[in-house]
Amino acid sequence: MEIKTPETMAPALPWIPKLQRRRNYILFIEDITVSFDGFKALDNLTLYISEGELRCLIGPNGAGKTTMMDVITGHTRPDSGEVWFTEKINLLDKDEVAVAQAGICRKFQKPSVFEHLSVYHNLELALKGRKTVRDTFMARLSSEDSGFLDATLALIGLKERARLLAGSLSHGQKQWLEIGMLLAQKPLILLLDEPVAGMTPQEIERTAQLLLTLEGGHTIILVEHDMAFVRSLARKVTVLHQGSVLAEGSMDEISRNPEVITAYLGGDLC
Amino acid sequence: MLTRIFDRPTRIFFLCALFFSAAVIIGACFPPDGLWHVSPYTVSLLGKYLCYAILALSIDLVWGYLGILSLGHGAFFALGGYAFGMYLMRHIGTQGVYASAELPDFMVFLNWKELPWYWQGSDMFVFACLLAVLVPGLLAFIFGWTAFRSRVSGVYFSIISQAMTYALMLAFYLNELGFGGNNGLTDFKTLLGFEIHSPTMTVALFALSSLALLLTYFLCRLLASSRLGLVCIAVRDNEERIRFTGYRVEHIKLAVFTLSAMLAGIAGALYVPQVGIINPSVFSPLFSVEMVICVALGGRGLLYGAVLGAFVINFAKSWLTTALPDSWLFALGAIFVLVTVLLPQGIAALFPRAWTLLRPLGNRMKYGNKNA
Amino acid sequence: MIRHYFRLLFMLLPLLWAAAPGSVLAGQGIYLPPEVKASLSSLNVNERSVAIAALIQDNSEEAAALLSALQGGVLYVQREENELYLQGPDGFTALTGTEAVNPERGRMRRVGTNIRQRDEIIRFLNIRSLKHPLAETRRKASAALLTAPDIEPATLRGLLAAEEDTVTRNNYTKILAIKTLSDSGAGRAELLAALRELTVLHTPEAQQLIRARRASSDPQIAQSADRALRQTEATIQHIALFETIFFGLSLGSVLVLIAVGLAITFGVMGVINMAHGEMVMLGAYTVWGLQQLLPGQADLAFVLAIPAALLVAGATGALIERTVIRFLYGRPLETLLATFGVSLILQQLARTLISPMNRAVETPAFMSGMWQITEHFSITCGRMYIIVFCLAVFAMIYLVMRHTRLGLSVRAVTQNRAMARAVGVNSSRVDTLTFALGSGVAGMAGVALSQLTNVGPNLGQSYIVDSFMVVVFGGVGNLWGTLAGGLIIGMVNKFLEPINPINGAILAKILIMAGVILFIQKHPRGLFPQKGRAAVQ
Repeated sequence: MEIKTPETMAPALPWIPKLQRRRNYILFIEDITVSFDGFKALDNLTLYISEGELRCLIGPNGAGKTTMMDVITGHTRPDSGEVWFTEKINLLDKDEVAVAQAGICRKFQKPSVFEHLSVYHNLELALKGRKTVRDTFMARLSSEDSGFLDATLALIGLKERARLLAGSLSHGQKQWLEIGMLLAQKPLILLLDEPVAGMTPQEIERTAQLLLTLEGGHTIILVEHDMAFVRSLARKVTVLHQGSVLAEGSMDEISRNPEVITAYLGGDLC
Repeated sequence: MLTRIFDRPTRIFFLCALFFSAAVIIGACFPPDGLWHVSPYTVSLLGKYLCYAILALSIDLVWGYLGILSLGHGAFFALGGYAFGMYLMRHIGTQGVYASAELPDFMVFLNWKELPWYWQGSDMFVFACLLAVLVPGLLAFIFGWTAFRSRVSGVYFSIISQAMTYALMLAFYLNELGFGGNNGLTDFKTLLGFEIHSPTMTVALFALSSLALLLTYFLCRLLASSRLGLVCIAVRDNEERIRFTGYRVEHIKLAVFTLSAMLAGIAGALYVPQVGIINPSVFSPLFSVEMVICVALGGRGLLYGAVLGAFVINFAKSWLTTALPDSWLFALGAIFVLVTVLLPQGIAALFPRAWTLLRPLGNRMKYGNKNA
Repeated sequence: MIRHYFRLLFMLLPLLWAAAPGSVLAGQGIYLPPEVKASLSSLNVNERSVAIAALIQDNSEEAAALLSALQGGVLYVQREENELYLQGPDGFTALTGTEAVNPERGRMRRVGTNIRQRDEIIRFLNIRSLKHPLAETRRKASAALLTAPDIEPATLRGLLAAEEDTVTRNNYTKILAIKTLSDSGAGRAELLAALRELTVLHTPEAQQLIRARRASSDPQIAQSADRALRQTEATIQHIALFETIFFGLSLGSVLVLIAVGLAITFGVMGVINMAHGEMVMLGAYTVWGLQQLLPGQADLAFVLAIPAALLVAGATGALIERTVIRFLYGRPLETLLATFGVSLILQQLARTLISPMNRAVETPAFMSGMWQITEHFSITCGRMYIIVFCLAVFAMIYLVMRHTRLGLSVRAVTQNRAMARAVGVNSSRVDTLTFALGSGVAGMAGVALSQLTNVGPNLGQSYIVDSFMVVVFGGVGNLWGTLAGGLIIGMVNKFLEPINPINGAILAKILIMAGVILFIQKHPRGLFPQKGRAAVQ
């Protein structure tokens, strides 16, 4: 008779991805299906993101980009599939708050900053730390923290506007502030939903620089419509179509892919 | 830390409040025929306003900061009042109509033989004070826990909080509940062994209410100036977004809502000995909404606005209900409409404007003298 | 659609011309023996009893008419002349005369009666009606006799022999059976027959008699008494069940009537209208007002009040929307407070302009009867009409929403205001119309409510919290949800009421509120939530 030791009782790994060669992947999305009233927003979507990567997701409207973000952040429950943050944390067990605390932060399509708070306060409340009621009430800004916040302000270029109400910022500045709020959470993965929508070309260029400085230190998943912007980043691109992955590769490979061209890009890319 | 709590409006508020309280207390000590005399009636009336002000503060805490419009805060106030009223009731003793040492009059009248279990221990002052805080707190905790957990918010929350106070009102009207039914708890005689209607007691209760208001204000400022205060405003602005920042919105809401209910309970407990009666009408939805409009009139999310609104509305009420009884509800209705449509920021929003208008004048006076 | 509704109204109209019962006595010229007249106009109660006894003894048509007037409280004495007068719709008529006169009120004194005298008169009149030529009157009289079988068995047998109407015959047989049971000297066969007869009767007195017979030493009598009792109890339970369902339905339909307007304004515009209760109040006052304008024509006034209330409340609603709510879109909490203010103003207006007291609204004749469904189960017509009215109004709203251009625009604005505007829907006009429609329906609810409760300034308040519960319970933006929610809450309310004989109504209300509060914790979007991606936002 086999004697159960604590080691045999506890599984070695909670979950084993289907992938054969696991590189340094940080996010596993396998066979996710989400349907709304019969319409499949996501259809067996499988996607792996490696650590420190800047991955661009493109796809026509209704391809399921935002739904995918909703699934990762615990906002929408998929009908089936697995989403793991490394091989240890099952994201489908967690709600928005727990996902955020685990280190996955999301920027919304529509800039969502807290308009009645100052820019600095927006960053301060996003600051990584214990966020229970008691801890929040007792929280004091250490000099280390305020140094970090100042650096973040400098990075997003809002140092002079730190004391202004966030509601008084321009559209582009709000987008940067929101990215800054994500950074203040010291995230492992950044999910950015159309960060340059509605920006001027100069602002877009600044944003591209900002993202490139972040690359390596953070894993970034970028959903974008703006092809020029994606091309200027020149990173690995995944094309979503009708809820699943259509193609993956560099921008040049993608724009040569006949399937992609028929599905979505048309003359746009050339 | 202290400078963050005592920002300019808070400093002005504290100065005004201290000056006002001192003036009333000193005035009450003057001989009755003196020019500066404040009659015990006026003192207890002002004490009542102070209780309303505390209640308004507690509403402002949840509405102004968290954006939760509770139309049932009167229930917490009333529960605090009933808890303390029970203590006062037990100490009527043999001075009551039926001269029963054991039972309050209404229980004798209902032919009850012994105290119900929930009246046990209510004759102890400390226990009654604890009840006055904990019972509203517990109700708010249970109510808030169920509501916030399932993300009931906005007008839904307002409606069910109104239904809560309405249901409690119906329940407290029942004689069988053991809280005096229609008449409520009244005819109090003594408080801590002193006669409750003596002028000294009136002044003491007023002073206590002032102190309670200042402490409540301080507590609210402490909360508002902490990071929790920032998070509350963020919840009000965009509840969805703050979840993605890693805060448990339902915990924050629950904590602040419960705290606010406890403050309302304290206000109720102070209200009862000064007014001398607590009955189910305090549970009526109208009372709660009236207190909400105090906050709206004064200005939300500012704290001093709530206090100001409570004084203005209740002063107008006392004055109009005696001068022109029919016109009070017209006036109140008009205030509701005008404030929400024309003055959504409340009276307090007029202050900065008044300040900018007055400053040049003040400067001229200041510097004009120097030049002369 | 509106035209259909009016056509329906015109179809209903002829039903409502049922004539008001006129005075039998006016101008008949009745001459009384002087001693009867003297004792009748006496100030002494016992003297009057003598006169009443004499009149009962007399048993003539005139005596009956006079007694009926006395019982109805329209018999007066002129103080100086000691002359008897009858009060009619157009003044006082001397008993001996035919012309109506209008003497000073102070000189007339009503001839009073006490309870004992009234009982006596009622019994007398009732027994007289047993010989009335109309079968309907005889039925009613025999049914009344059934609850208080105060008649000689011999007389009854005589009546039974002459009676042809089956219902009345049936009643007579039962009264005879009760008589037999109460007769201590009745024979065994008679008793058994009587017990067989009484198996489905449910007056408490009869039950008492049967229960007494259960203790009989004769096993057969005891057994059949037992059986009769059990069957009676079963019948009573069934009837109680039907009654509860019926009352539940009628309460539910009142709630639906009020809540459906709320559902429109809340569901479509996201506006919590706290003044909705006052729209109901306006509707109820419209009935009262029209009845004041058309004295003596309660039926006509009531029917006219239905469209009038729609207009009055609708116009008020449109006014409120244009002057207050318009400025508050996108700020639901502020709208809630502002409309609460409007509700206070309207209530106080009713108090100041009309009266703080409740006003009496006459019940139209067609609504005041009873509808006999089975022998022992009858329901009040008024409540029945209210259920029908509720369903009709609901159907009307449903059709307006589904099949008219307004409804289409309303649904478009609900789903996407900006897009609706882009395709040319005048959204501000739609808002006003929607609000007016919601308020107008509340006004019609007020017409129905005027038949159920007191019409006064607080009318709206007492129902508003409950109807909010209905909307929240049923699910916002779904008319079927409101219908189901209202009927369920009404039904549950009536089933809960018997838990406590004294405070049942209040306890039921409290329990329902607690129940709904708990329910929406589990189902925050109500019974029938709006589905799809749009609803999530």
